[in-house]
Parts: sequence; C-alpha cells; structure tokens
Amino acid sequence: MILVDENTSVIVQGITGREASFHSRRCIEYGTRIVAGVTPGKGGTTWEDSVPVFNSVERARRETGANTSLIFVPAPYATDAIIEAADAGISLVVCITEFIPARDEVLWHRYLEGKTVRVVGPNCPGIISPPAGCKIGIMPGSIHKPGRVGVVSRSGTLTYEVVAQLSALKIGQSTCVGIGGDPLPGTDFVDVLRLFEADEATDAVVMVGEIGGSMEQAAADHIRSEMSKPVVAFIAGASAPPGRRMGHAGAIVSGASSTAESKKALLREAGATVVDSPADIGSAIASILA
Amino acid sequence: MKLHEYQAKELLATYGVASPPGIVVDSPEAARAAAQTLGGSVVLKAQVHAGGRGKAGGVVAVEGPAAAEDVAHKLLGTRLITAQSGDSGLPVLKLLVEERTPIKYELYLAVLVDPSTRRPVCVASARGGVAIEELAASHPEEIATIIIDPLTGVLGYQARSLTAHLGLVGKLASSAVETVRGCYRLLMEKDCSMVEMNPLVVTKDGRLLALDAKVSIDDNALYRQREITAFEDKTQIDPLEREAEELGVSYVKMNGNIGCLVNGAGLAMATMDLVSSMGGEPANFLDVGGGADEATIVGALRLLLKDPNVRVAWVNIFGGILRCDTVARAVMQVHERLRPSIPFVVRMQGTNADEAARILNTGPMRVMLEADLARAARLAVATAMH
Repeated sequence: MILVDENTSVIVQGITGREASFHSRRCIEYGTRIVAGVTPGKGGTTWEDSVPVFNSVERARRETGANTSLIFVPAPYATDAIIEAADAGISLVVCITEFIPARDEVLWHRYLEGKTVRVVGPNCPGIISPPAGCKIGIMPGSIHKPGRVGVVSRSGTLTYEVVAQLSALKIGQSTCVGIGGDPLPGTDFVDVLRLFEADEATDAVVMVGEIGGSMEQAAADHIRSEMSKPVVAFIAGASAPPGRRMGHAGAIVSGASSTAESKKALLREAGATVVDSPADIGSAIASILA
Repeated sequence: MKLHEYQAKELLATYGVASPPGIVVDSPEAARAAAQTLGGSVVLKAQVHAGGRGKAGGVVAVEGPAAAEDVAHKLLGTRLITAQSGDSGLPVLKLLVEERTPIKYELYLAVLVDPSTRRPVCVASARGGVAIEELAASHPEEIATIIIDPLTGVLGYQARSLTAHLGLVGKLASSAVETVRGCYRLLMEKDCSMVEMNPLVVTKDGRLLALDAKVSIDDNALYRQREITAFEDKTQIDPLEREAEELGVSYVKMNGNIGCLVNGAGLAMATMDLVSSMGGEPANFLDVGGGADEATIVGALRLLLKDPNVRVAWVNIFGGILRCDTVARAVMQVHERLRPSIPFVVRMQGTNADEAARILNTGPMRVMLEADLARAARLAVATAMH
C-alpha cells in the first residue's frame, strides 16, 4: 500500500460541517483512525462525543500526534487550510474541496515548493487502502476489496465504476488514489505511479486519465522509462468537443496534445494496455493478471 | 467566464495596455456616428464569444460613416457561425467600431497559468495573427516563454528577454515590458484564466497596440470578482446551458440524440465515449454532481428533455453519496409530471441500487433497467436508432 498504512492518524479540517461530519463517520466505520477535528472557534468541544475539536491544526497535531489531514473547508478558505496543515508539520494533506480558484492553487504550490508535505487533490475523492483498513475521503468503502491492484485517477465516480468492476472480478485493490479534477493537482500521475512501482503490495496499476493538460503525457514517459509493473489505462473524453470544459476545471481540450486520442497513443507506445471502453477496464486487468 | 473583446480591452486599458480607439455600438445609426467620430476609416467587429470571427465575416473594414451604417445593418441581429461557435452560431448584438490602424507587423502575447510548471507563464512570438497551437507544433523555436514566480512577479530581465525575442528595441521595447507586466497583473488581480493578444501590433507610427484581445475569467473565482461578473453576457450562452448553470449542474450541449444524465464529470465523459464508440451520438454532457438531491435531478431531466433532438434518455449513475433510490424517485416524478414521449434507459450501481430497481420496476414500460454498463449503452444506442 502507498501513502497510508496502519499508523496513519487523521485530523479532519472543518469536521463540524455537514459534509465533513457525514464522511468522517463513514471513514471511522471503515477503520480510519480519526484522532482530531479542527474548526476555528470550536476548540475544546467534542465532535459526536468521540473526537476532540481544536482551534488550530498545530494544536491538534501537538495533542494527538496525527500525521495526516483531511480537508473539507469551503473553497475560499481551503488554501489557508492547506498551508496551515503544512506549517503544522502534517506530512500528508488530502483536500476534497472543489472550486478552488487557480490563482490560489498557484500560490499554495509555490509556498509548498521544497517542503516535504504531500498534497493529494484538491477536488478529489481521496485515498483508500483496503488492506490497511484506511479510507481518507468520500468514496463508498463497501465497493472495495483488499488486494494487489493499485488505482490512480483524475475522476471520482468513474473510479468507483472501475473499482466495482475489479471487485466483481474478485480483484482487490492495494491503494486507490484520486488525484482530482483540477488543472493543478498537488500529486500527479507520475508521483503515484512511482509509489506503486516501489510498493511491494502492488502488482499492477489502473490509471484513469482524461482530456486536458499534459499529466498523461508525462505519465507515458514515466511508464516507458521507469515502470516494470503492468499499467492499464483509460482516458475519458474521446467524444468531448474541443474548447469546452467538461465538468472538471482541468478537463478541456485545448490543442492537439490534450485530446484523448493523443494521450492514448502515447500511453500505448509507452507499453501501457489502453482500453477504449470504460466497461473493459476490469477485464483488461484480469487478463493481465491471469 | 468569457469576456467580449471590447470588455477585454477595457480591462487591459486599466492595466496600461493600449488598443486602437474604439466605440461599442448596438445599432446601425450608432455605428454611423461612431465611424464619424473615429475619422471614417474603421473596422466593425462582431462581439461574440468565439474565435475565428474574421474568416466568418464578422470583422469588416469600411470607409466612411455610410458604409459603416450599411455593414452594421447587415451584421446586427444575425447569428455568426465561426469555427468555434458551434453549428447554430452566436447572436451579434454589439459591434466594436475601431479606428483602422496602419500595421507594421503583428506579434503574439499571452499570459496564462501553466499546469505543467504550476506557475503563470508569458508566451510570446514575433509571428502574430496565426494559430499559436499550430505555430508551437511547426516552429517551436519561434515561441518564447517566461515562467513567472508569483513571489516576485515578472522580473525585468525576463521581460527584456521576451522583448528581445520579439525583436523590439528602444521605446517599443519598454512599451512591451510594460505590456507584459500589465497583462500579468491583470491575470493575477482579476483571476483570469487567460489574457491573450493575437495580434499585438506595432503600428507604422511606432506604437504597440492590442488589436485583438481575449480574456477569460476563472469561474471558481467569480465570487471575489463581483465587478467582473457584471460583464457576463448571457445572450452568448446556449439557453439550456444557462438553465443548467442556474440549476447548479454541468451541461454541455452536443449534436447527437442520446441524452445522457450522469453523476461525476469523469463518468459523464466516459458515458458519452461509450455510446460514441458504439456508433451512437450523445446529445449532451450532463453531470449532476456528487451531492445532487431529488429536485436537482428532476430539473436536470427536465432540461435534458427540452432538447428536441433527444430520442432516448440514458441515466447512468454510480451511487456513492448520491443514492440510486433518489435518482429512481426523480425518474418516476418526471414520468408522472411530464409524461415524456421518449424511452429511458436506466443503469444504476452502488448505494441503494436494489431499492432503485424496485421503485423503477413498478414504473412505466418505457423505463428500461439494465445494470451492466456496456449492455445499457448498447440498449441506449439501439433505442436511439430505432
């Protein structure tokens, strides 16, 4: 497994919000150790009679020793929350928040340059590792099965679709990482592919990309030169009209290299198994592992 | 959010970037008066949210106020179909009447956020007026890029290296440095996705002017750019897309006949890809998002059914936070209230899919349930062709 393990202990930033509460409960049910919440102004209270709430991440970390943060705070405050977590010494930040302005993302990327903290997201479903019993995010835990396939994706529900296909074929997952639908993700395909390649608990990887940007091109280069484990890839958006943003902020065809066709061709050349139909992802992995 | 050319130029002017003198008009009479004021020799430019206006006949040079009135009469009230406007074109309700500028040469300059460096970048070329994507592919050496650190902004040496690449010296070079800095400040202060001048021109009398300008604003930042939201021109947005925006769902109109309703952007794209690969044609992209409630889904289905091309509605849901039974209830509600004449193919997986199936099985015959993704897609395609 990558990014998380049995020692992962989590602070939820914005835990007293409605969505954050709902998902924190689901994470705890799945087995995640949520040890603290942070909501400025509500320090000293207890969330759902079980988790202490602090005014700052710094305090929450000092009192509980948490190493990971899960962020649900609204977009206008999310950049502040990411930087607060980094400054407090959190090593993994998972940011679920959607609709963060690009300028803010430029600024936190710049601020975190040279620091060791890893940000996953924003605008992502989070991370789940069935073997570790750890879920830091909003994905439905029940569709996952412990196993040895890694999943990395820019999408949310399309990832659930892939995972459900795998689980139905009795193919479990080591870790699933949603890197998010924004143009400037904290963690990209190459970062996650590198971790999966080095991970003893992962035998093969499913990669779900989409139109827009150049992350898949970089992934293709990486697969060609650095990956020995098999990769099955699907790129969403082959039928999307150029110049139109398809839901995700980053999903827009702006030139020949950001089309699904061109990304698929590069991944194929790099040695990945590229499937054209999203319904074939599970069976493609099954035939590789057979 | 896209801005019109005249709005982009207004913004640029406040950041010290000059354009040719111009007046925005919405009637032939006003065009005549504007041409008179500007000295007679003018260009009329249709204000629509799409590139490729010149080739489509939306940019016309005229001599004299009478000719300006005549051309304005022909352009105003029509729909301009360009390579980027979609098949039905965009309404021409405003014209920018601009003084004709004797051009010495054309340049390209743009500032945008670059995903690969995660920084703002400024891109420039001495070859303006061409498609930058094509130039990047054929002559990459002709494009100069500077990567800007948001901590420092555009540094003097960076701006100088760009202007040197553009072959500018003396007064023009310092004017170009100011232009680069102005564009960068505009990008950051007004949360632009892009500021582009194609072309930026050097006039025969030695001035640097933005002859065309394109500025778009990051939708995620509109909450803090209130004065810019006043620039929004709803006439340039497809009526169904406008309705979707108000409903809080993401909808992109397309030309096919299979109406798709999906939760999640990636799955919505994959759903369209799947029907396309089977020979079907999606009528739209429609992502209701992760946390939609029953009312939103009813609204989204209503929207989907308003497209007269739609011959089958394909609902593809992977239930997570959004429960399948919520969607099933919305489908039932739409059938009871609107009695749609077209069939529905419904595919649901995940949270409460069994309950959803139970609800829909009591529903009308026109709702076809199919749990398998590929089989459901095939059913939707076959139904649309039938």
